[in-house]
Amino acid sequence: MPTRQLTVSLEGIGLLGPGFTNWLTGQAILAGQSGYVPQATVLPPSTALPPAERRRAGKAVKLALAIGQEAIVAAGLDPSTLPTVFSSSGGDGYNCHAICETLASVDRRISPTRFHNSVHNAPAGYWGIATGAMLPASVLCGFDASFGTGLLETVTSVVVDNTRSVLIAYDTDYPEPLRSPRPIFDAFGVALVLAPPGGKGSLVEITVSLVTEPPSRLNDENLESLRQSIPAARSLPLLQAIALGKSARVVLDYLDTLRLAVEIAPLLEKSFETVL
Amino acid sequence: MNPLLFSNFTATSCIGLGLGQTLDALCHQRSGLRRCHFETVDLDTWIGEVQGIDDVRMPPGLREFDCRNNRLAQMGLAQDGFAAAVEEAAARFGRHRVGVFLGTSTAGILQTELAYRRRDIATGALPADFVYHGTHNQFSVADFTRRFFRLAGPAVAASSACSSSAKVFGSARRMIEAGLIDAAVVGGIDSLCLTTLYGFNSLELLSNQPCRPFDAERDGISIGEAAAFGLLTRPPENLDSDAILLLGIGESSDAYHMSSPHPEGLGALLAMQAALSIAGLASEDIDYINLHGTATPSNDAAEGMAVFALFGGDTPCNSTKGATGHTLGAAGGIEAVICALSLQQGLLPGSVNTRSLDPDLDINYLLDKRQRRISRVLSNSFGFGGSNCSLVFGRAN
Repeated sequence: MPTRQLTVSLEGIGLLGPGFTNWLTGQAILAGQSGYVPQATVLPPSTALPPAERRRAGKAVKLALAIGQEAIVAAGLDPSTLPTVFSSSGGDGYNCHAICETLASVDRRISPTRFHNSVHNAPAGYWGIATGAMLPASVLCGFDASFGTGLLETVTSVVVDNTRSVLIAYDTDYPEPLRSPRPIFDAFGVALVLAPPGGKGSLVEITVSLVTEPPSRLNDENLESLRQSIPAARSLPLLQAIALGKSARVVLDYLDTLRLAVEIAPLLEKSFETVL
Repeated sequence: MNPLLFSNFTATSCIGLGLGQTLDALCHQRSGLRRCHFETVDLDTWIGEVQGIDDVRMPPGLREFDCRNNRLAQMGLAQDGFAAAVEEAAARFGRHRVGVFLGTSTAGILQTELAYRRRDIATGALPADFVYHGTHNQFSVADFTRRFFRLAGPAVAASSACSSSAKVFGSARRMIEAGLIDAAVVGGIDSLCLTTLYGFNSLELLSNQPCRPFDAERDGISIGEAAAFGLLTRPPENLDSDAILLLGIGESSDAYHMSSPHPEGLGALLAMQAALSIAGLASEDIDYINLHGTATPSNDAAEGMAVFALFGGDTPCNSTKGATGHTLGAAGGIEAVICALSLQQGLLPGSVNTRSLDPDLDINYLLDKRQRRISRVLSNSFGFGGSNCSLVFGRAN
């Protein structure tokens, strides 16, 4: 299957999920230097938001803001200057549950805040308010393919529009009764600052293409289970290859028979080792 | 940007199934809005409901996608030979070289709303026949469409509220330009549900009369539903003179508020400027603007200011939402098709239901339709969360 290869630079990473508190410690876990201990995701308050918006922010907003900011700070960039791609398999599950409960009750009056928080692009809207970024924000959904969907959109933006772009891929859990048909058990998010290749801030270069091979799996049983359980965690083979700091090729899950091959070429092996 | 051919487009909304009925309604300035009797909704408002959705049956093998939104999608893609055109593209380029890019705000959430009325009394569980991935999830409509056509390329649902199906043109263009695909099924599908009806009601943004865009007495939106589809491809060397090209796309964010637009329309202005800039056009090159024009006091005021700032008071413009209602995540797609029809037919549509223009907005707002040959048009779509997108279309010649 012939497909064009698209190369971009990676300049910063944000990570938050069960047993992952940020990229720095996550990198050590994924490189095998410290053990992976599954623990419930802790979402920090979104201090960049004004108080009113901070009170209204749900889990997806807190997660998206935390990982996006971590990646951009790591890249030493100003978030107000960066276009973004938000990709998630669903919206705020607790908010959705509350709306559906109200609409099934006698009194159907839902709160205005619940309604505006129900849009899939709520995290992108809050991101704009927090960062002042007036640049384009793509907001996508690919169900279980949401990470690959976001990665493709971000990479094509960087290549075609010759601009930096920040991928913010995140998923949060649904409460029952939606959890049974959609069993995402906890929040997981990853953010990548991508740029045209050759820039000074590049950590690694990644080359993405469409393939039909089976996806890469992780050796650690708990990490592999996490990869399969939360769509945004389908990124873990890529994150592990980056953490190991060596040239590698991984295949990421995407749509049914369509997958994303990612070749990883470290540029600054020395600075990587110091971080590790 | 390199222009792309926008072909085989079709529209299904409350003003008609397919292009013939849609054009007839536009020519006769007919509104499809009716008083709301949808489902068990007890709100005093008007809606743009598509008749006959309940009679649609999902094809064998795709029953898991059965919901109002995908039934509407199937109705839409059955019009105007669209399905045959996708088949032809798949045969020409290969099934893995055709992508699917569809906008929706609420997809099939109506299915979940209904399922919540049938929860198990003892356990609270949803009924066993509820299928989350094929109905509620935003991706369901892109997944359904991809499977309907047995395509094997990338697929995505864009869901940035009311800009969703304008922004899919941007995603599709980037993927074509990057060389990953040769053709893109683009469009938007959104269907009536209780979340949006009661939600907009909670924000006091629903009108209790048919919506009146840019009217001095406008008082809110009328919600509609629609399915719009089209194909984007690289243009061949020889184009028919009435072929439609996508010339520009501009996207921006308000960075202002979750449910109110920037009061001076700054985000809208940035999106329109970006669309003109990437198209290599100046404001005077635009012959008609299909406004977002939802008929809420603040949206129309902000958009009016932005249009005046960029175009001054001469460029003919108006909103077609008095005819179709605000079809939310499908609005960008429906209005892209209306723009394409306008270019082909030399028709500047009228603004149905608008009676007396807001005197504070100093733009050339058309109340009545005009027949005139036009070459380039701009379409605006703005959404909650401050998501803005403007598209520029032109005739090939």
